[in-house]
Amino acid sequence: MTAHDQDVSQLVLPRYVSAAGVHPPLDTPSYHSSRLRAPGQPLVPLPQRLTEITGPLLGPERVTSADADLTAGAAGEPLGERIIVSGRVLDSDGRPVPDTLIEIWQANASGRYAHPVDDHPAPLDPNFTGAGRCVTDSLGQYRFVTIKPGAYPWRNHHNAWRPAHIHFSLFGRAFTQRLVTQMYFPADPLFSLDPIFNSIPDPQARARLIAAFDIGLTEPDWALGYRWDIVLRGRTATVFETAGR
Amino acid sequence: MSEGITPSQTVGPFLAIGLPWPDGPFAAQPDAPGALVIRGRVFDGAGQPVPDALVETWQADPDGRFDHPDDPRGRVPASSGFRGFGRSATDAGGNYQIVTLRPGTLPCPAGGTEAPHLDVSVFARGMLDRVVTRIYFADEADANAADPVLAALPDPSRRDTLIAAAEPGGTPGQFRFDIRLQGDGETVFFDV
Repeated sequence: MTAHDQDVSQLVLPRYVSAAGVHPPLDTPSYHSSRLRAPGQPLVPLPQRLTEITGPLLGPERVTSADADLTAGAAGEPLGERIIVSGRVLDSDGRPVPDTLIEIWQANASGRYAHPVDDHPAPLDPNFTGAGRCVTDSLGQYRFVTIKPGAYPWRNHHNAWRPAHIHFSLFGRAFTQRLVTQMYFPADPLFSLDPIFNSIPDPQARARLIAAFDIGLTEPDWALGYRWDIVLRGRTATVFETAGR
Repeated sequence: MSEGITPSQTVGPFLAIGLPWPDGPFAAQPDAPGALVIRGRVFDGAGQPVPDALVETWQADPDGRFDHPDDPRGRVPASSGFRGFGRSATDAGGNYQIVTLRPGTLPCPAGGTEAPHLDVSVFARGMLDRVVTRIYFADEADANAADPVLAALPDPSRRDTLIAAAEPGGTPGQFRFDIRLQGDGETVFFDV
């Protein structure tokens, strides 16, 4: 046995817990766009090795402090209800995820996206692109200032409307933790009718996508606050060793 | 153990507002020695191109190391211009492109080695969660033959869906890797 082989046999890797039962099934017939885009073959288990337990550590180099304020940067102020959206990124064993990139995008207050494919006959807002970015701080906290997005119609079924939402993209610290999801607002009457929201099998998991109004986060005479924590897959092993000597 | 994890939702039709970066496809600089270009198309179950997908890649550096503290062999800071991560939105024809360096082989915790590969995430409208696949290289036949992931595929006839081939008529370093989400020639997708 060579020294190299010895080193390799001593590699101890962290392991990320399964998210089985949490995420929606790719094949969700009530969401019609999934019909031709969901794999027909079963997923093949992929052991977590070096490529999976590492990941891009994207951070401050990709953002400026202005990127977290979606109401700034244009000639004028966007229309709509100014809000603060803030919370923490944690892993499922409760540890904060610091220094991680969050990217968001959303419709404007009228429910219209600044995208050529969106033909909803609601006004565009020249002062609102709907894209934002930030990096969590050392405690895993993030904070955006934006406009409350409007609900909008889509063509999934007759009289289909999406509940108001903000898209969130997160990296965490490992390929296994990558997550793209949507944040919703409390007590939306469209929840029970939305096949995307209801694609999540567990009602408790579904509820984790709904932000909470927070008077403590609300700033007097300026903006309502919504709190939303995001939980990524945690690790089962917290201690790992250095290979070899 | 999945208690409390935030569920996934689709990126929807408008991911182009928030996710593409001008430098996204460049996991390495195109003029770097040994730079590779991986091009491909994403197709749906009807064989139609998917014009609103996002393809992301993550990989080791050419020495098989990662600029990451959780690699128990130690973190190796990336050489200038190498990010290890690529991100490309598809165009109207379903085309994506990643410029990168060839990753090295990787040791496995139980012994043996993994062949050079990229881990891939695909996001799109109509997909409520990402799908995960891998890109291997056709000109790494020996390493591929020893790779434990390729060896463990339940249906070996689908192995070729994970292997990037030399671009027909291309120059050395140009590869093609198409992704078929469903149906004939469906790409192998992994549960990680």
